Amino acid sequence: MPDHIFFRGGVHPDDGKSLSCDVAIQSAPLLETYVVPLQQHIGAPPKPVVKKKDAVLRGQLLAEPGGFVSAAIHAPTSGTVKDVSECLGLSGTMIPAVTIVADGEDTAAEPLPVIENWQEADPDVLKQRVTEAGVVGMGGAAFPTSVKLSPPPAKSINVLILNGVECEPCLTADHRLMLEDPEKILIGAQIIARILGVSEIHVGIEANKPDAIALMTEKASGTPVTVSELRVRYPQGAEKQLIYAITGRKVPTGGLPMDVGAVVQNVGTAVAVAEAVLEGKSLYERITTVTGSPVVAPGNWRLRVGTPYSEALKLAGGVKMDPAKLISGGPMMGISVYSLDIPVMKNTSGILLLAADEVSQYTSESCIRCGRCVDACPMSMMPGTLSVQIENERFDLAEDWHALDCIECGCCAYACPSHRPLVQHMRRAKGEIMAKRKAAQAKK
Amino acid sequence: MAENEIRLPDTSKLVVSSSPHYHDSIDVRKVMLLVIVALLPACASGVVIFGLRALFVLAVCAVSCMAFEALFTKMMDRPASTRDCSALLTGILLGMNLSVGTPWWVCVIGALLAIGIGKMIYGGLGYNPFNPALVGRVGLLIAFPGTMTTWLKPIPGDFSYGTAASDALTTATPLGLLGMTKAWDPSEVMRAGDHAISYLDCFWGNVGGCIGETSAFALLIGGIFLIVLRLIRWQVPVCYIGTVTIITGITHIANPETYAPPMFHILVGGLFIGAFFMATDMVTSPMSARGAVIFGVGCGLVTCVIRLWGSYPEGVSFAILFMNALTPLIDRYTAGRPFGVARSIEAKA
Repeated sequence: MPDHIFFRGGVHPDDGKSLSCDVAIQSAPLLETYVVPLQQHIGAPPKPVVKKKDAVLRGQLLAEPGGFVSAAIHAPTSGTVKDVSECLGLSGTMIPAVTIVADGEDTAAEPLPVIENWQEADPDVLKQRVTEAGVVGMGGAAFPTSVKLSPPPAKSINVLILNGVECEPCLTADHRLMLEDPEKILIGAQIIARILGVSEIHVGIEANKPDAIALMTEKASGTPVTVSELRVRYPQGAEKQLIYAITGRKVPTGGLPMDVGAVVQNVGTAVAVAEAVLEGKSLYERITTVTGSPVVAPGNWRLRVGTPYSEALKLAGGVKMDPAKLISGGPMMGISVYSLDIPVMKNTSGILLLAADEVSQYTSESCIRCGRCVDACPMSMMPGTLSVQIENERFDLAEDWHALDCIECGCCAYACPSHRPLVQHMRRAKGEIMAKRKAAQAKK
Repeated sequence: MAENEIRLPDTSKLVVSSSPHYHDSIDVRKVMLLVIVALLPACASGVVIFGLRALFVLAVCAVSCMAFEALFTKMMDRPASTRDCSALLTGILLGMNLSVGTPWWVCVIGALLAIGIGKMIYGGLGYNPFNPALVGRVGLLIAFPGTMTTWLKPIPGDFSYGTAASDALTTATPLGLLGMTKAWDPSEVMRAGDHAISYLDCFWGNVGGCIGETSAFALLIGGIFLIVLRLIRWQVPVCYIGTVTIITGITHIANPETYAPPMFHILVGGLFIGAFFMATDMVTSPMSARGAVIFGVGCGLVTCVIRLWGSYPEGVSFAILFMNALTPLIDRYTAGRPFGVARSIEAKA
């Protein structure tokens, strides 16, 4: 085991993973209706190719990519298109969606042709398959994978890192995946490596998952994949921090992992790639952790895209008590929502409920300059100072103090004794600075 | 509801807020109370050494600081802030920086200076550039130089002592004696009233001085407690005391007739309370660890300059206030390079 470099800063919240980390992935029974959002990724909205009353089969294309940075959407089951309209999205606004009434047969569409001999397949064919299957980053950001696999020719990529860190508390979907499907992860990794033309492949896993580390290490012997045990420290799984821990390279400010020759993919994404290539399967389901102290039976489920949160919760036996918070994702970076009608998407890593005593509402007080945020910031920024500048609307100063480098991990706000809304301040500054830059560009 | 029916959450009770949804259990009140706990050993040793009147001085300072805080927030039409206990902390620190013989009304004036001029005038907790307790102490030192430099002889264990202060029991501090004699003669300087004292006496606190400053031992316990809890940065006391050690070491070696050795400068006077509890005040010291190093070294330098060549025998309070003024500047130049920012563009100020 090589010695890894650790990023400075970070925090260590209670990880809450014991609720669901030992519960094997379960499959979900077929529902009557699925509401499939069309915008499940960062980038251009896809164009629907079905209309009301169309019959669709499982895995059939519902919407094609609306641009280079976009992703295809596929039907989660067979049935009839009830409507091409809207549904409630994570941000609380209505987003375009296709409603499918299942016929109960779950008939599969003709799969994409299987590429059996992927070791010798043309990388472009493999990449084309990733695009066709609608694969996006499944760790949470939902960035279209095909774009990440198409670095500009000027950037030479020489290392692929699979993210199995899962540093976000309470989530165990990636952990279970590594325990239950390690071979697929490793094959997916090698397919991605072939597309990128790299030979160095790492899987980074936090040390709090020794069973996954042992199993992945065992399965990886004889493959070009190296498994790295990483320190348990949130946000170890943040892209820049992960690349630094494994390679010692620092992604430059404003830059991307490819600027240091690295590409990072979530382990779930690797499985989706492997399935697209080996089984011709498009991405219409994922592993989601349904957990939290109010949940009767927390666990991990293979959920089809378009499953409403209410149905996912029913699988977990419902709740023992009314929760005070419903979160899509984990407690540090997840998005809190107010409705159970929101559907599972390609990046829904978790559905987390928090009980009233776990949810604190604070009044923000003035900064006492204790420096805890400075110590906690994994980007070595000065969140406290920035927050005061931003309160005074000095976005020019905030820009000088590198507000744009913030990764919004929430460590500063977690640590702040004055309960200041530091992450919100940063988001505000980033918005203002980007708007100013855009305006300046438009003037030219 | 039927027995086997699955209960789903009542969504009308859901809180929607921005991430992160977890928060460390720390808050401002807890921080302040822990610092107060860290001060208790030194307060207790002050009471043992100088009698129950020490407790009276501490109580008057604490209560009047809280009262002025409440009064000023009311006058400023702001929400009451006494609950955060920062005024209580300021009051205790102020009391610890006074002589046991200080009249009650001087304590009240000190509290008014500390809370009014030192803190509320700038907008309250978090906005004050100078350590409020030190503003109070230095204000009193300038206004009442006689009272503020009249020290009582330490009589450990006599709790009734101090309640009837008399001139017969007054003494001068070793630093004061050194300032008068202008020469390092241990038999002249290391005294508490009529008897000679050792460094060990200074370590335990059996020496004339302010209520909370004499026992290096008790202050060290509290300081280590705060460092272990990561409530203060170790860099401040270590760099502060380290700088004083080095500079007084050099001057003592260069001229042992005039300059006292480092051990003397470390153990007598307010260096320990200053280094562990005053210089480490969060609001008025730099935010980063690098800044804390510069701040600590700066405090040490200024303290030495005042003690060795200035007209005041003690320089800790002035040194810390001086460095408080430099804190924004230190913060600015130690902001550091965020992860991934290249060295070359760091020059941009």
